[in-house]
Amino acid sequence: MGDSPLTLAEYKNHGGTEGLRAALKLAPHDVTTLVKNAGLRGRGGAGFPTGVKWSLVPMGETAPKQKYIVANGDEMEPGTFKDRLLLERDAQQFIEGMIIGGYAIQASVGYVFLRNEYFAAAENLRRNIAEWYAAGLLGDNILGSGFKFDLYLHTSAGRYICGEETALISSLEGKRAIPRAKPPFPAQSGLFGKPTVVNNIETISNVPHLLHYGADWFRSISKSKDAGTKLFGASGMVRKPGTWELPMGTPARELLEVHAGGMRDGLKLKAWLPGGASTDFLLPSHLDLPMDFDSIGKAGSRMGTGQMIVLDDQTSLLGMVRNLEKFFAQESCGWCTPCRDGLPWTVKLLDRLIAGQGRPGDLELLTQQTKLLGPGRTFCAHAPGAMEPLQSALKYFRSEFEAGIEQQKVAA
Amino acid sequence: MSKVTLHVDGRTIEVPAATNLLQALLEKGIDLPYFCWHPALGSVGACRQCAVQQLKDENDKNGRVVMACMTPCADNLHLSLDHPEAAEMRKAVVEFLMTNHPHDCPVCEEGGHCHLQDMTVMTGHNYRRYNFAKRTHRNQDLGPFIGHEMNRCISCYRCVRYYRDYAGGKDLDAFGSASNVYFGRASDGALESEFSGNLVEVCPTGVFTDKPYGESYTRKWDLQQSPSICGSCSIGCNLTVGERYGSVKRIENRYHGEINGYFICDRGRYGYQFTNDAARPRRARAKNGEVLTADAAVARAAALFKSGRVLGIGSPRASLEANHALRELVGAGNFFRGESKSCGELNTLGVEILSKGPARIASIHDAETADAVLVLGEDVLNTGARLALALRQSVRQEAFKMAAHANIPLWQDSSIRILAQDAKSPLYIATPAATGLDEIATRTFRDTPARIAALAQQIVHMLDSTAAPAAGLGEADTGLAREIAEALKQAERPLIVSGTGCGSAAVMQAAANVCTALAKAGKTPQISLVFPDSNSVGTTLMGGGTLDDLVHTVQSSKLEAVIVLENDLLRHMTRQAADNLLALVPHLTVIDCVATSATEQANLLLPAGSFAESDGTLVNNEGRAQRYFQTLVPKDCDIQESWRWIQQIARACGRDFGDDLDALTAACAAAHPKLAGIVNAAPNAKFRISGLKIPRQSHRYSGRTAMDAKADVHEPRPPQDRDTPLAFSMEGARNNLPAAEIPIFWAPRWNSPQSVTRFQQEINGPLKGGDPGVRLLAPDANARPAYHAAAMTENPGLCVTPLHHLFGSEALSARGAALQTKIPAAYVGLSPATAQKLKLSEGIKAEFEAAGVSMILPVRLKPELADSLVGLPVGLKGVPAIAPGTALKFIGIVA
Repeated sequence: MGDSPLTLAEYKNHGGTEGLRAALKLAPHDVTTLVKNAGLRGRGGAGFPTGVKWSLVPMGETAPKQKYIVANGDEMEPGTFKDRLLLERDAQQFIEGMIIGGYAIQASVGYVFLRNEYFAAAENLRRNIAEWYAAGLLGDNILGSGFKFDLYLHTSAGRYICGEETALISSLEGKRAIPRAKPPFPAQSGLFGKPTVVNNIETISNVPHLLHYGADWFRSISKSKDAGTKLFGASGMVRKPGTWELPMGTPARELLEVHAGGMRDGLKLKAWLPGGASTDFLLPSHLDLPMDFDSIGKAGSRMGTGQMIVLDDQTSLLGMVRNLEKFFAQESCGWCTPCRDGLPWTVKLLDRLIAGQGRPGDLELLTQQTKLLGPGRTFCAHAPGAMEPLQSALKYFRSEFEAGIEQQKVAA
Repeated sequence: MSKVTLHVDGRTIEVPAATNLLQALLEKGIDLPYFCWHPALGSVGACRQCAVQQLKDENDKNGRVVMACMTPCADNLHLSLDHPEAAEMRKAVVEFLMTNHPHDCPVCEEGGHCHLQDMTVMTGHNYRRYNFAKRTHRNQDLGPFIGHEMNRCISCYRCVRYYRDYAGGKDLDAFGSASNVYFGRASDGALESEFSGNLVEVCPTGVFTDKPYGESYTRKWDLQQSPSICGSCSIGCNLTVGERYGSVKRIENRYHGEINGYFICDRGRYGYQFTNDAARPRRARAKNGEVLTADAAVARAAALFKSGRVLGIGSPRASLEANHALRELVGAGNFFRGESKSCGELNTLGVEILSKGPARIASIHDAETADAVLVLGEDVLNTGARLALALRQSVRQEAFKMAAHANIPLWQDSSIRILAQDAKSPLYIATPAATGLDEIATRTFRDTPARIAALAQQIVHMLDSTAAPAAGLGEADTGLAREIAEALKQAERPLIVSGTGCGSAAVMQAAANVCTALAKAGKTPQISLVFPDSNSVGTTLMGGGTLDDLVHTVQSSKLEAVIVLENDLLRHMTRQAADNLLALVPHLTVIDCVATSATEQANLLLPAGSFAESDGTLVNNEGRAQRYFQTLVPKDCDIQESWRWIQQIARACGRDFGDDLDALTAACAAAHPKLAGIVNAAPNAKFRISGLKIPRQSHRYSGRTAMDAKADVHEPRPPQDRDTPLAFSMEGARNNLPAAEIPIFWAPRWNSPQSVTRFQQEINGPLKGGDPGVRLLAPDANARPAYHAAAMTENPGLCVTPLHHLFGSEALSARGAALQTKIPAAYVGLSPATAQKLKLSEGIKAEFEAAGVSMILPVRLKPELADSLVGLPVGLKGVPAIAPGTALKFIGIVA
């Protein structure tokens, strides 16, 4: 990637629009099958197979006429900035991917739901969309195929919960950004009640290449069972924080020690979150794990966005967990009770422990909350995500929590 | 309805398949706490309170926690409420809610009928481990009806779901996010919805409270309560009236599966205040202000009959018993319905249409489920508000159809709303002026009553080509008629709504014609007509001449006296006409609960009990006879039931009308075959449960012996009720009450209005033992009456059209302080074009003359009013009662 954003002409010189041309020669259903066969999994964090998601959309004569494809660019996961880079530097492949996705599910309209603060990305995207319209690659009868596709950019008002696909849809409809009950899934009743697919920006950006070079090629560039490449990243007290496109399955140690240049002088790795704030802590002993969905899952965490956050031995673990929980408490949409009222309580307990004024029972309370705010108990995955760093911190570093209990209270 | 089997903690139960676990368990009488679910609002899964353990099979000891309200009933589902994981979750959710909920129960109006209190106890949460600061909110002034205390909020979202999604309100919303969600208005101000009062019952705790009740507060368990029927319009919503210290303290919705369900309008909830007015007539008195003893007053009234002919004027707002007693006292030939000729004719036509068929008479519940609705002439929101709320639900039938197609269960409220978005089933509104339902209408039609009737005639023609087309309709209107006919034909449950509101027999007849045409086209039409008063249908079935006939009789024959029963003549005639009439009346006796122009001129005034101080039977707009029951016995005054005054006068005349309600109900039923069913409206005074009467006071009623101690330390003997099976007592039978005679909805562990599920056969279904009341009209579905075209005399110039106001157009409710703040000032409504023609503009005072009466009123522009109509607001102070359609002349601008 150069310093300035890629233009459409430059993009074309590098094989741009070839994927679209290939897709339009296929039946929509075959595009979906190809994506399914390629093994592309969602890059937003959950890793749901993209082709499967597309295949859930009703097709054919009986399907609703209006369908939508929505790109989730509400990248608000702490420590994650991969979609921003994609849209700031190379939005061309993303636009191409959106048209292909729209074609596959026969959606004539696409929306990009972009994080409020991504001004540069928004500017570049607007410019690029205009280029594509000017070149006749968006709008009516794209490349003479008869397929019509319009793409709109919507910049968010700025809520973490908008990254949850159904809350994103609510927000896009102009309603409160509150997640929706599933079923019905968006593929059946999504944006404005119509069948809708929501994909992450990075996921969509993979699609043109996969169409251009084929499913086998896509699987071949990975080091693991999960196909393709991935934007991995590292932040925290490393020498060179950043984001890099690497084969899926690249070992975490390579990320940290080679690409991020290792820990800064005098600091040692204490723990790391593999893919954003809503993933469980892993230890230095997990560094040789390949970064893919299954391997990280087996170790008791989630790969999430693949953007690792590194905790060194000089930074307060409790402080970090507390910052994360404060973020999650603030970003709760306020819909369901455990999340809305439980997270602020968690923060207050952590504050008290940090101040050394914890009371006997606080750890048990925190441990109980990791269950009460866990999967199945809340309306959406927000609070369960928030509990991941807390529960793993309690598991690996319980003594640091215990140290926050006021000794007088214990004696009493 | 297909059933499935659930296994719950060792119990096997059969439940309907098409429901969710929470509803199914509640229906079976199993206690499971909840907050966000509401029987009328469905499930959204927000509060996470109704956690149960779902198990794989009978051997599974682990399972997983699921939310009962979001889990469909499936056959052979194994569940546990007792499972420690589920029980821990339920307890924890209340503990989370309590992190911010204040401990102000002792000073909170909700205390004692608080759903949050009940659920907290139910979960077993009793010790709070949270020991940090609570978040606080600033409260708002939401107007005269609703108090606001946001610090108590548990963010269940019921208020906004009810107010916005269900009732269509716009000025209450959820603001903020995370643990700082605020439910209120964008800024302070009176809530705009006509149904705002229901927030009090929808809110599971004390955020939204009944403001007038709070201003003169009594704990729920200290109220003496009785089942009542709303007297504020013809719909006949069921109410519970609560009294303490001789005043009505509050009115609550009383569930009726066919009529009001869980909700009433604000006129019904707050319209009681007139009954507490200290200036109400309390003593029998003569014209010169001379106070009489009750006995002396009765003797004077009786003496009138010795010397000559006495005429009686009945009342469409008085009970059948009172009307019948007066009719018997004066003789059928001397009895007149207390309404004008034009009004009486419309009522007669309405009852005839309902009786004849072929249309089924739609209850409110039927209206909610109608899948295509045509409104002809009626401003339903202002004349029969509860019906308007039902029509709001009717347009959701399209959404339910879409949901069924998409396999989304009907209780999945938010999912259905998302799927359907703005899709609505057909609702067409043809009225002279804009209505509050226009925003949900498929299309509206604005024109004179005659043109509305013409539109309907064209619809008839489209449905039945043998019927003549309407003359003089333009292409657009013919197209609209075709569209409406098509929508009605496509519907499975079409409903025609009309009524007396626009004062046009032609419109009402046209509504009947549409029903006949639909029946001929093979449909099963339903009809709902709105009438002017709470007992219009009952008094119409009873019959009698109108006030115009009375005037004629007074002018042409010699008479001794006129007795007016609960009737303000100025509601039915102009002051000039009333004065002319009374000038010819040698002696005027008035029996009423409020002071009116008639009581001012009465030679003899007998103070009558209001709805809260009497019993009786009313017949609502569907022809359902319903009984209301006395809440309190007024002390230190002569107030008694109007019919009891008449019974006493009869006795003094040497006649026997009995001395209780049942005697009159039975006599009325015997005298009028069409009213024969009214004796079954509710069990009579002889009814007992295990030999016991039904107490009006709760088992926690306190201060009984202290209440009157300031006057007398001896505990008075409680009043005896010989009219009904209810008792002014704490003692008696509380279980298995007949549905019409439930004074208190309460069940162990259920102190809030949510206890209603314990009284229903099924949730949202009829009350146990059947919903109260008796339908008196039995239309013939096979009838095919000939199409009548009522005479349509279009006035060439300006003519009067009545404009109705929920707050102000009804006489008694309009006297209350809270309601008065909502009543508009008198005005005359003109279309902008007419105003321009007359060189008038908004706010200018103009003089008009109609029926020989001059009136000076400020102009209000009504953008959608037909140019030839002049809108006169019904019942507003300073607006004369002039018959609809009367020609009206513009006199000039008043400086």
